[in-house]
Amino acid sequence: MFKKDISAGAKSKVKSSAQRAIRSKVLEEYPKLEPYIEDILPKKEQLDLVKLPDRVSLYTLNSTPLFFQHMDDALLPHLTLVHKYPTAFHRLRIDRGAIRFVLSGAALMAPGMTSPGGRLPSKDLSPEDQERYGTEDLEAGTVVVIEAEGKETACMVGVLKMGTGEMREKKKGQACEAGHYLGDGLWSMAL
Amino acid sequence: MADTLPIKVTYCGVCTLPPEYCEFGGTTKKCEEWLADKHPDMHQKLYSQEALAQNLSSLSVEAQKRAEKDAVKKANKAATAEKREAETRASSKIIIKRIERNKRKYVTAVSGLEAFGLDIKKVSKDFGKKFATGASVTKLPGGGEEITVQGDLSEDIEEFLVKTYKEVPEDNIELVEDKKKTKGEKAAANVPAQ
Repeated sequence: MFKKDISAGAKSKVKSSAQRAIRSKVLEEYPKLEPYIEDILPKKEQLDLVKLPDRVSLYTLNSTPLFFQHMDDALLPHLTLVHKYPTAFHRLRIDRGAIRFVLSGAALMAPGMTSPGGRLPSKDLSPEDQERYGTEDLEAGTVVVIEAEGKETACMVGVLKMGTGEMREKKKGQACEAGHYLGDGLWSMAL
Repeated sequence: MADTLPIKVTYCGVCTLPPEYCEFGGTTKKCEEWLADKHPDMHQKLYSQEALAQNLSSLSVEAQKRAEKDAVKKANKAATAEKREAETRASSKIIIKRIERNKRKYVTAVSGLEAFGLDIKKVSKDFGKKFATGASVTKLPGGGEEITVQGDLSEDIEEFLVKTYKEVPEDNIELVEDKKKTKGEKAAANVPAQ
């Protein structure tokens, strides 16, 4: 979505009613953020809405980007937010070989996650990984954070195109739509 | 782990990625130096012999070669892009032109700002605010854009540019005067043609 460098458009303040709506939407989508919501979206603070090209809007708090949204699609977290609260999101892991493709903006393919270096939520994982990546299969359309083998921080945020169960069976095809990855236009945009 | 949130992540000062991803950024060398300088403990963890060896062992030989080639290509690309930018920066000039509009009235046109990575629209707004005059962005017939500021402000603009935008070297600014031809000159210019 942000392969090219982008420049921020108009910045406007968010109405407090809209701000409440965002807050409840965030909590609905990412219930695990609940304990920290006051840190992320404080009730009293004024959120800003920054318009980006291609009908993407970005919500920022004091010029730290928080969430972005394409039209009325799901709210996706900005990677800096993911780095701060990694446990609050559904996570998948890709193997080392796939990192360089992801970081150059390719759509994520299923083999990157079904190979030994990748992790999908499953009951066969070691207890430690189960804790990290979950046991329940995720459905297409879920917002996921992509981590990488051997790295601690996430490298991409996207929406699943294929359920994880299907992925494991097919081991082929596009798994995740490229949303926002490290080093893309949204990442390097100065606010 | 859940109690230690939010996690503070360090970001590389060169390529802005988290340091573990620097190796994919194309400016690996500079990133490494930066990290060694600023966060020696992290540098040791990420760039030790073992870590490097481990990184390599998890890939097949063929994939390794491809990745390496890719990385070299990317690094070269980044280097040349940087070089080119520096070159254009060094060679390009900002021209501040004083144009006589009506005997004692002047406008000032500033062109060539885009070579220094400045957003013309924003700079124009800044000019307007700073000098409390009209400042507009006009398209030039030969392509490109220039800022037209009302009033004779050549020297003030030069000073303001150097002061506020650190990326503009003073030597690259040129002041030009563009006088409307007076009646006498016009007549003189017309004589040979007749």
